[in-house]
Order: sequence, then structure tokens, then C-alpha cells
Amino acid sequence: MTTKFTKDHEWVRVDGDVATVGVTPYAAEQLGDVVYVELPEKGRSFAQGADMAVVESAKAASDVYAPISGEVVDVNDALTGAPETVNESADDKGWFVKVKVANAAELDALMDEAAYADYVKGLD
Amino acid sequence: MTPHTVSGSRGLLQAEPLLFEIGDVHRTGVDLPAPKGVDRLGGLKRKAALDLPGLTEPEAVRHYVRLSQKNYAIDLGLFPLGSCTMKHNPRLNERLARLDGFADLHPLQPLSTVQGALELMAELAHWLMELTGLDAVALSPKAGAHGELCGMLAIRAALEARGEAETRRRVIVPSSAHGTNPATAAACGFIVDEVGATEDGHVDLEEFKQKLGDDVAAVMLTNPNTCGLFERDVKTIADLVHAAGGYFYCDGANYNAIMGRVRPGDLGVDAMHINLHKTFSTPHGGGGPGAGPTVLSQALAPFAPVPHLVRRDDKSLALIEHADDASSAPFGRMCAFHGQMGMFVRALAHMMSHGADGLKQAAEDAVLNANYVLARLKGHYNAPFGDQPCMHEALLDDSTLRANGVETIDLAKALLDEGYHPFTTYFPLVVHGAMLIEPTETESKRELDRFADVMIALAERAAAGDSAFFKAAPQHAPTRRLDEVKAARQPKLRWKPEEASARAAAE
Repeated sequence: MTTKFTKDHEWVRVDGDVATVGVTPYAAEQLGDVVYVELPEKGRSFAQGADMAVVESAKAASDVYAPISGEVVDVNDALTGAPETVNESADDKGWFVKVKVANAAELDALMDEAAYADYVKGLD
Repeated sequence: MTPHTVSGSRGLLQAEPLLFEIGDVHRTGVDLPAPKGVDRLGGLKRKAALDLPGLTEPEAVRHYVRLSQKNYAIDLGLFPLGSCTMKHNPRLNERLARLDGFADLHPLQPLSTVQGALELMAELAHWLMELTGLDAVALSPKAGAHGELCGMLAIRAALEARGEAETRRRVIVPSSAHGTNPATAAACGFIVDEVGATEDGHVDLEEFKQKLGDDVAAVMLTNPNTCGLFERDVKTIADLVHAAGGYFYCDGANYNAIMGRVRPGDLGVDAMHINLHKTFSTPHGGGGPGAGPTVLSQALAPFAPVPHLVRRDDKSLALIEHADDASSAPFGRMCAFHGQMGMFVRALAHMMSHGADGLKQAAEDAVLNANYVLARLKGHYNAPFGDQPCMHEALLDDSTLRANGVETIDLAKALLDEGYHPFTTYFPLVVHGAMLIEPTETESKRELDRFADVMIALAERAAAGDSAFFKAAPQHAPTRRLDEVKAARQPKLRWKPEEASARAAAE
């Protein structure tokens, strides 16, 4: 299982042909207290980089972009009733969607954990 | 939060419960005799009392006066809220809008009885076109976003006429744009394509160039932009998008900063809405309604929506209400009638009482005041875009204060204690911890200095590490700090008597 990261602070973890997608703890911290998450419907397909979900905090609303192309096979409905999960467990229980990977090669362009850590360090 | 006093009032500021908690169904402010005679309700007479609270007249009067005293208003003090533009509503405008001939109009009156009103609309339209250097204006849009819709529908109609509506689907929108821009483009069926900003807060011209192509319908650009900066490449952007076969929609929300100094038509703008409530002094926010006349270039003028004002041979004015009756190709109409007549009266009154020189000076004073505030504060707060001057609003952020545990929200709450409505917080989104301050053209140097002194004192207090003071703010406002997170996560949107009585019993 590998985890990759985007410049827009999404993480994507691939297990077989299914990828789990969420936002990074850094993104959750920058947003502050998350108060609302809007998730896509199951069965919808997104191209890499397309607006896929919305995360809203007391400060701001942000789009969550699809880190890779594919069809949504599962969504984390628990976030609707408990959006704070994104703050408490951004990289685990706070996952957003599971996507059936359309093109695994797209992952190559994304950052690995070390590269993302460097990228975040450069932002502060 | 527990009140400091037995009554719940703070000094002479009265605590005030909800109407439902004051009144009851057995009381009333008016004493009417019981109805006599034959019951003509056909058995439909109400059996139980209506569940609405009745109050005595003094209770009702006090309720609303007390609520009004918890409010902040431009008539009380400086309103530094940014991304709002002007806030002053001259009293002269109000007097003129209340003249019987304007106030008592009905939109279905015969045209022969409303020639004065139509003349006023024609005069307003003339000056809006004159000021912006554009060829047509649709007066009817009801507010800014409605004006955007009007402009983008005109662009879509123009593309349809060219047979390119299906191929030109992409609209380029900068990352700092007002949220309504991408929303409008999407509502018109376009695909939104975001272009980033440079380090110093302007549209990234190189990225913009790469995005151009024969599938581009338009660019939507706010100028001055949401960071309070004049887009220095605006003319280049206009030329490039035109060369690529697209149109230039300019969000005119910040037009008040450049009015009389530059004509958007000369910058290559094809469509722009003008918020009369942001540039021509008509009431803003809750005092509205807004009004968003939209000016159009020669290329888009044929598609301007009905109604059209036309002058007949006998010099009288008429309205063309249906697209079929027009000599051009209107895309349709924006609303049932003719727009916000009351706002047209106020806006024209503002124009005529100021004159060309006065309108230009209003723009210059707004910019001067914002730069004065920026100059006074930038040694104490971080200015994210460096030393460049701003336009009508000054953008700062909390980056130098965060290490001391003080954020933008805390400064905003501390400002309440100092008697100011806060600046705009956390917007634009492209700047982390943004504080957007827009003093407007109305404030004197004395008022600006008073505000800057407060801001500087707060910055010094934060720098000294007194974060406890900020986290406890506001101390003197009608209510202490609200739990915004809980309010968003578990909103209570309805008052319920059983909950109120349970709470009263617990207390």
C-alpha cells in the first residue's frame, strides 16, 4: 500500500485497484474546525484535478480535488454527522471517498510522504 | 455565557429575550370590541387562539429599540468591513426617493403617466454608459450576481449567434475572484477554469496565456481585484482574450475605486455589472435592495435583455417589453418588471449632486484613505503583497501574530470591545488569516487615526504575548464570544417552547 500526496493537500492511498482519498492533517489544521463536508454520490466519475468534494470550516470553504481519475465506489457518510473527524483523524477515519483507479500511472506524478513533508515545510 | 449582572443587562444596554418569551396568546396591544352580527365565516372560525405572542405596545416598542441598540451601523461609526466598498447613504437621496412621483409608482401604470420616471432611467443609463465608456446598459438586474448572470447570458447569446456556443465552453476565473464569478459561469453552463496569482497578488499572466484557446468563452476578472490591487495587466488580458476569440467580463464590484479615473470600456471590457449599492451610494446590506445594472460593449449590445428604453419620434419614452418587438436580438429578460426604481432615483441623485469631479474625488478619497490606513498599519501587521500601494482596501494578515497565539478572529473580537465593527476576516481566501480593511471615502483623517491607533495598540498587545486578553474578547459586547463551530455543526434553527421552559427551570 502506498500513500501519495497532492500540492492541494489531498492524500491518496492505493490498495489493489481501489484508492482511498482524504485531506492531509496539514490541510485540516490550516482549515481549523471543520463544520461541514459535502461528498460526491457513489457511481460518479471524476477526472484527475476535478472538484470532487467540499470541506467547510468556521473560516473558509475549500474544494477537494480528485487526486486521481476514477469512479467513486464508496463515501465516508460518517463525516456528514461528525465533520470534526476530519480534524481528529485526517489521515485515517477522516477519509472522504474510495475511488476505483482508472489510471494507476497518474500516481507517479504525485508526491511521496518525504516529498510532501518538504513541500509543506516550504509553505511556512 | 453567564451574565455579569442579575438582570442580564450590561450598563444601559438592556438584555432582551425573544418575543415568544415575553408575550403570550392572551395579551394584545390593541383592545378591539368582540365582533357582532352574523358570523359569515361559514363555520371556519378559529377554535383556539393563534399561537403567536401578543405584547403591549410599550413591550413591542422596547423590544425593537433594544434590538436596534445591539446593532452596529454606519450612522454610529466607521465600518472597516472590506470587499463591501462604500457604505454612506446620503440623506438627500432618501428625500428624493420619497417624492410622491417616484415612491408611488406602479410598474403596470400606462407609459404616458410615468414619463418622468422613464426620463430618470434614461438619464441614469446615459451616465452609466458615459462613465464606463460602454455602448449599452441593462438596468434591470437586481444586484451584483444578477448583473453577472446578465453579462454572462449576453456572452452566451453572442457565442450562439456566432455558432460557437457548443465549442466555447471554458471560462477562466482567477483564484482571488469573488465566489459569485465561478458560480455564475457554472450556472450559465460554462466550465470554470481557475488561473492562479503571482506572489504579489496579481493574475499570473503566463499561466493565463497557457489557458487561452479556441474553447475559451470568456475571462471573468475583478478589477481592482479582491486583494485590493489594480490588475496591472488588465489591458493585456483583454487583448489576449479578444485575440483568442473570447469575451472579457469584468466584475465591477470594486468600480468605486476607479470611477472617473479610467473607463472600463477603454480597458477592453465587454460586460460589467455596476453595484449601485457599492459605487453610487444606494443602501447596502440589510438596507437594500441592491441593484446591478450591467453595461455591455458594442459586441454584446445587440443581446441586451428587455426591457429596452426607446425614444419615440415625439420625444416621449417607451419600453420594449418583448424580445420579438426589439430590432436587436435580446437574450430574454432578467426580471418581471424594470429593476429597482427606488435605487435608480438614489443613484442618479448621487451622480448629480457630486458631478463628474465629485465622483472622481470619491474614488480618489476611497483609495487615499485605504492607503493611509495601510501605511499606518503595515509596520505592525504583515502586508502580504509587500510595499505596493493598494486601491480602495488594505489587506493585512495575522502571520506575525500567530506565534503569540493571536489570530485574525481574536483581533476582530477585540475590535468589538473598542466599539468597531470588525474588518472582513479570512477573505480573500488566497491569503491565510486575511484582514481586509476598507475605510471608504467618507472617513476623516481624525476617524482614520482613531481606528489606526486602536489597531496598533492591539498589535502591540498581541506582540507582548497577552493572548489571554484576546481569547477573552469581546468583554463589553452585548454577548460574549459565540461558539461558531458548534453553531455550524449543530445549528438550532427553531425556537421550541419546551426547550425554553426546560432551560428556565434549570436556571
